[in-house]
Amino acid sequence: MKIAFSTSGNDLNAPLDTRFGRAAKFLVYDTETQAFTLVDNTQNMSAAQGAGIQAAQNVAAAGAQAVVSGHCGPKAFRMLSTANIKVYTSNAATVAEALSQFQAGALTELTAANVDGHWA
Amino acid sequence: MGTGRNRMIIAVASGKGGTGKTTVAANLARVRGDVTLLDCDVEEPNVHLFISGEPQGEPEVVSLLVPEVDESRCDGCAACSNFCAFKALAVLDKRVLVFAEMCHGCGGCARVCPQGAIREVPKRVGVVETMGADGVTVVQGRLDVGVAMAPPLVRAVKAHIPKTGDAILDAPPGTSCPVVATLRETDFVVLVTEPTPFGLNDLKLAVEVVRELGLPFGVVVNRADSSDDRVATYCREASIPILAEIPDDRRVAEAYSRGELMVDALPEYRPLFEQLYTDIVRLLQNPLIAGVARASCPCFMGGTPMPRGALQGPHC
Repeated sequence: MKIAFSTSGNDLNAPLDTRFGRAAKFLVYDTETQAFTLVDNTQNMSAAQGAGIQAAQNVAAAGAQAVVSGHCGPKAFRMLSTANIKVYTSNAATVAEALSQFQAGALTELTAANVDGHWA
Repeated sequence: MGTGRNRMIIAVASGKGGTGKTTVAANLARVRGDVTLLDCDVEEPNVHLFISGEPQGEPEVVSLLVPEVDESRCDGCAACSNFCAFKALAVLDKRVLVFAEMCHGCGGCARVCPQGAIREVPKRVGVVETMGADGVTVVQGRLDVGVAMAPPLVRAVKAHIPKTGDAILDAPPGTSCPVVATLRETDFVVLVTEPTPFGLNDLKLAVEVVRELGLPFGVVVNRADSSDDRVATYCREASIPILAEIPDDRRVAEAYSRGELMVDALPEYRPLFEQLYTDIVRLLQNPLIAGVARASCPCFMGGTPMPRGALQGPHC
């Protein structure tokens, strides 16, 4: 399966970004091939609104079946649920650490947004 | 006080919040009388605390038209979500999700949908209330709790600007969309500031907005004292007229905290606001400011009103 991690860096040692919608990019890790690709999300960093919605579209388009980030707001959560993408939160420092938490089954799946929306 | 036009629309704005917009707008309306005072700070209207009066009619409910998708006709082509600049629609797995709270009500999605699957339905955003007291008609917008889209309601408030007779608009603080919606198509903007570093910083931002909109404007310094002259220096260097200075007077704050107008509680301030109104009228009568002067005139300084006495051109 493919897991999307929010990050500001370019590899597994990069920091895990606690923000979902306004993360600079997503590292999409494929557990079968153990390879990853990077998905740009920078168009959202200065978006006036709707960053979470667009970020969810980006990870869905990348074929991710799971998202690991720090937080997930209501609109992003509604998008990800519609796309059947599971959302996990982690306070890991790096993507690699979050990945091992995920693979160890140490992350809990969100059943609702864990932060309020920034708009309305 | 005739301006040669059948009405004058004055907006009172500021970059920084809490500088005294409502104080200036409400006191100006009181000394003027026979005027419509519109509270465009629809997220937090407060003019009614100082001038209220009897409600006139029922509150007018204001709605925004937002998309509703007929899923039986939608084929998931994403024309709507590609069109929407505000992410109010998103398409995932050929399914459209509507985020009505993001919608600005432009109606574009319904027009671009090739299947005719989108119709627009009203979503309530707030109310407009009208009150009358002692010759001043107060119109205020009140945004519903949980609604973030202020500009449509601001426009609904401004629809109550009378065809004849003067209007004073109390703008929201800041420099974002609700402020721009308030300032558009006004005749003159009074920027209220205070002599502090924050007041100056946000005044500069407000000046940029007003210049971008091409509106004549001047500054009122509130809580003025002699300790910080940076606002005065900035205005002088930028050729912005300081129309009035309201002194830092504890009695003004006390009257405010009781919900009393300054000119009622402290009549010695009446002339200050009468003079402010007169000066605005005078600036608007100037052909340069009224938009008929040419840039070749020596008084032309980037389109901003010059300080009183500084206008030297042949038509000034």
